[in-house]
Amino acid sequence: MRTTATMALAVALSIGGGLLDCGGARAQSSPGDDADKTLEKYRAMISDPMSNPGYLAVDAGEALWSMPRGTKNVSLETCDLGEGPGKLDGAYAKMPRYFADTGKVMDAESRILWCMETIQGFDTAAIRKKPFASSGGNPATEIESLVAFVANRSNGHVYAAKMEHPKEREMVALGEALFFRRASVNDFSCQTCHGQEGQRIRLQKLPHFDTPKDAQATMASWPTYRVSQASLRTMQHRLWDCYWQMRMPDVGYTSEVTIALTAYLTKKAEGGKIEVPSIKR
Amino acid sequence: MIRTTLAALCAAVFAPVATAAAADAISPARVERAVAASWRDLPADMQARVDQDETMRLCSQYRNAPPPKVAKAIVAREKKNVAYPADGKFLGDWKKGQASALSGFGGRMGDDPKRANGGNCYACHQLAPTEISYGTLGPSLLGYGKLKGTSEAAQKEVYERIYNGQGTMACSTMPRFGHNGFLTIEQIKDAVAFLLDPDSPVNK
Ligand code: HEC
Ligand code: HEC
Repeated sequence: MRTTATMALAVALSIGGGLLDCGGARAQSSPGDDADKTLEKYRAMISDPMSNPGYLAVDAGEALWSMPRGTKNVSLETCDLGEGPGKLDGAYAKMPRYFADTGKVMDAESRILWCMETIQGFDTAAIRKKPFASSGGNPATEIESLVAFVANRSNGHVYAAKMEHPKEREMVALGEALFFRRASVNDFSCQTCHGQEGQRIRLQKLPHFDTPKDAQATMASWPTYRVSQASLRTMQHRLWDCYWQMRMPDVGYTSEVTIALTAYLTKKAEGGKIEVPSIKR
Repeated sequence: MIRTTLAALCAAVFAPVATAAAADAISPARVERAVAASWRDLPADMQARVDQDETMRLCSQYRNAPPPKVAKAIVAREKKNVAYPADGKFLGDWKKGQASALSGFGGRMGDDPKRANGGNCYACHQLAPTEISYGTLGPSLLGYGKLKGTSEAAQKEVYERIYNGQGTMACSTMPRFGHNGFLTIEQIKDAVAFLLDPDSPVNK
């Protein structure tokens, strides 16, 4: 079932030229509309946990979370994601956030890595070096699985990252400035492609983050299973991907820039209801 | 007068909707510190991609809607940055221009630097009526040559626009293809031909 549905979706996508956006609530009349509808149908078909391959990562993440591992041979069950040690429900909906124990604003990925280092005694250098699974049906990496699991435990919760701490406010402001920062061989910034409502690049609809429903539908749907890459992807990967399109060198994994942009976009997505992992182009 | 109109136009086209919801102030130096911490240990050519030139810096600071004085200075500086074809001819091969307009290849990490970069014009513009997969970030250029004509002046204007659009409009969204070395002079001539040549599908 799982395989069949995924293949059907892949077929639907290749008919659509593989250029579509499945970001959800952005209705606009365009040559992509028919293909959008086909895609919508297949998405509905595979939206149950039994057939979205992203749930394999959630399951793997759950096992990794509770398994004693690392040099200290303990689980991550005491990891504090901001709501208290071991409290997972709704935690992802309030991230990124400021953590007093590190004095930093952290997103889910950097916080989980911090827990792996401090609680389990992992050297995370190898994970940081290759955080993303290679495209093409490879299983999610450890960290991708853990993020999928943690994020999934916020399903049904509404994004409520307060961003009131001075360091959080600084990150939101930094993210906003970075959103407009033009660089590299095409003079692009995030604003180039996401600066106006209802724009497309080729046939792909682009989310406009100043439009609340765009920001909410986008941010509340990551991590996602990306059919075009046959992989579960996190927000860190999406940002890396957009910088790749901007012809920038690889942006540092969990770097300050990625966390600031995530904080800025999450603030814009306040009120969006989390349903993850979703499934997208 | 012209300047004011242009500035108003820039502001209308490019001003982000929500700048009014003022964020906390953040200094440019703070932004650059974050950038330096997030792209580390790069070879010189890659570091150059991360660093901004004066025009990028100003366009980022003013969010692509610079005040008239700044806009004028940008246009004046960028206008000087155009290199012209040695043979003095602006019209290349529209077929090659078409292929380049369709190609988004080039410049991304992992792209083979020996293969030609694409202009990717279709990412942002409608061009030939037969190509329905076009983006809307830029204006439609459908039938552009029929509007512009093929005079020497029109050719030169379009060449300059593609080589460095900011010599015409400060903080234009369009990449400065020639100035940034992303397309060669030959490729820009091909793009001019794709837009203006009466035989090009753009003008059919
Ligand atoms: C050259 C164009 C371009 C630039 C520049 C760009 N993006 Fe994107 N962005 C895209 C495209 C194309 C998509 C994918 C749309 C799709 O397939 O749904 C996308 C998707 C996204 C998404 C996920 C959207 C969704 O619906 O799930 C986010 C978040 C995002 N971009 C943020 C950014 C940020 C932040 C920057 C700057 C660091 C940026 N983008 C720069 C083109 C761009
Ligand atoms: C990232 C988006 C983008 C890409 C890619 C792009 N353009 Fe543009 N282009 C624009 C925008 C936006 C404008 C309108 C105003 C401005 O910013 O200069 C424009 C304006 C133009 C104009 C001037 C139209 C007029 O008003 O007379 C021409 C000619 C043009 N583009 C040609 C091209 C060609 C040829 C290519 C590919 C080699 C290309 N563009 C690629 C965004 C883009």
